[in-house]
Amino acid sequence: MSEQQSEQVSEQLIGEWRTAVRGNKAVDESDAAELESHLRDAMADLEGAGLTADEAFLIAVRRVGAVDALTAEFAREHSDRLWKQLVVAPTADPRPSSWPVMLIFAVVAAVVVEVARIATDFPNNGAGAEWFGRNLSLFVLPVLAAYFAVVRRMPWRRILPLVAIVVVLALAVNLFPYHGDRATEVIVGIHLPVVLWFVVGLAYLDGEWRSSDRRMDFLRFTGEFIVYYALIALAGGVLVGLMDGVLSLAAPNAAQAVFVWVVPAGAAGAVLVAAWLVEAKKSVIENIAPVLTAIFTPLFAAMLLVSTVIYAVTAFGRSFDRNSLGLFDALLVVVVGLVIYGISARSTRRPGLMDALRLTAVVAAVLLDLLVLVAMLTRVSEFGFTANRVAALGLNIVLLVDLVVTAVIIIRMLRGRTPVLALERWQTSYLLVIGAWVTAAVLVLPVVFGFA
Amino acid sequence: MNIDKDLVAAMATPLVLAILLEGPSYGYAILKRVRELSDGDLEWTDGMLYPLLHRLERSGSVESEWRDSDASRRRKYYLITESGKAQLAEQRRQWATANRTLGGLWTQAAGA
Repeated sequence: MSEQQSEQVSEQLIGEWRTAVRGNKAVDESDAAELESHLRDAMADLEGAGLTADEAFLIAVRRVGAVDALTAEFAREHSDRLWKQLVVAPTADPRPSSWPVMLIFAVVAAVVVEVARIATDFPNNGAGAEWFGRNLSLFVLPVLAAYFAVVRRMPWRRILPLVAIVVVLALAVNLFPYHGDRATEVIVGIHLPVVLWFVVGLAYLDGEWRSSDRRMDFLRFTGEFIVYYALIALAGGVLVGLMDGVLSLAAPNAAQAVFVWVVPAGAAGAVLVAAWLVEAKKSVIENIAPVLTAIFTPLFAAMLLVSTVIYAVTAFGRSFDRNSLGLFDALLVVVVGLVIYGISARSTRRPGLMDALRLTAVVAAVLLDLLVLVAMLTRVSEFGFTANRVAALGLNIVLLVDLVVTAVIIIRMLRGRTPVLALERWQTSYLLVIGAWVTAAVLVLPVVFGFA
Repeated sequence: MNIDKDLVAAMATPLVLAILLEGPSYGYAILKRVRELSDGDLEWTDGMLYPLLHRLERSGSVESEWRDSDASRRRKYYLITESGKAQLAEQRRQWATANRTLGGLWTQAAGA
């Protein structure tokens, strides 16, 4: 082989090797370029010692390491790039495609919801509707947790504590003697799904909840679950709407039955389907999350900025209706969600324009909330604490603290004082505080306020 | 000499940080320096250096930038940060302690 031929062959081999390395999701373009640069350096040295280009290639490739061992190592470091594959290193026992399992659990969730609905005669019976609404998440989310327990092959010693938590929650929310205007019942109804979502998280993480990286995985899972669930709900809405239209022409009573039967079962089953889709169809959503963040971060930043200015100018010191605190809680939840979405979709490791926009959104949200909070606190001191006010105020303060620290971290990040990882660490640590608060709202708050 | 895998892994971080303390460098040059310093006794699979460098970058111990080194090629250079220097100093204390402890025992044994 002439020298020139050898050169050509080696160029082709380098191209093939790079494709093989790039085949793993954990290795991005820049990593592949870095490894190729390494390979070429090694080859240049070997060629300097008298080897031909293709001989040098073989030795250099061997020194760099077997492609799968190498990509597995990259995967371990960059689990953010392929967090959904879960099994990072290729194991002897590849996870079976679990869609039949998923389908079984989806049917279980749907059946449980239907049985409960029929038992309470929802939606015809008023008292039954309250019970049904309060317990709805208990029919679905433990099934999702069980699904994860099965596909993760969780040992019983880790399953039993989760079962115990669910049983305690189920007993508590149903044995509490609500009375009066039953405000605590509404509070429990709102917070219970969140507590159960944390239980799902414990099952999802399969005992690894102490690891910050794994908790971040669960946050990503949550974000993408919401996107998938919204997509399914949208399509389901179109389907039911059309069915209703078509059926109401022929049999108006049948249309009502479709709503009552199909919607609860479908909504319950879709929870399992969405969770499964997040893990099964990773590459689809991988492209959506950064796009969504890129679109909504600037929009939210602008919206919040404008609202803050308007509030500061027109409504400063005005007394707000106490119900509006709920609205601002929702606003803070969305902003926290946006921040978490942003860090989960982060592709570059350097802070940039998007972080500046995120900072704008966070700071504006904090200021806006503070304006409202000050007005609200003066009212609370006037009228005293009620369960509703404590719940709304508590959540508000919990989220506010999260956002203030987030803002400080982003500022430090933009100045290059803090590694990008710090924001992720903070959010995953704060998850424990949020979990503690919602659990307290379900189990402690009603007791403190005498179930009123 | 074949050095135990766990020991190589434990050494890797301080070794890389110490080499970067000499000045910014890129993967291949870091490995060459390792080989040179250990007279070829310390060998690790070349590719494994990169996940380690990326981990150090994520935790803020090093920074990276692409530079045009020679005429045709770009290389990714790594630079140690202040927090990386602090980390190295801490690791150095730990290694000194390990060294002193084991060294004490072994010189005793040699003397006996």
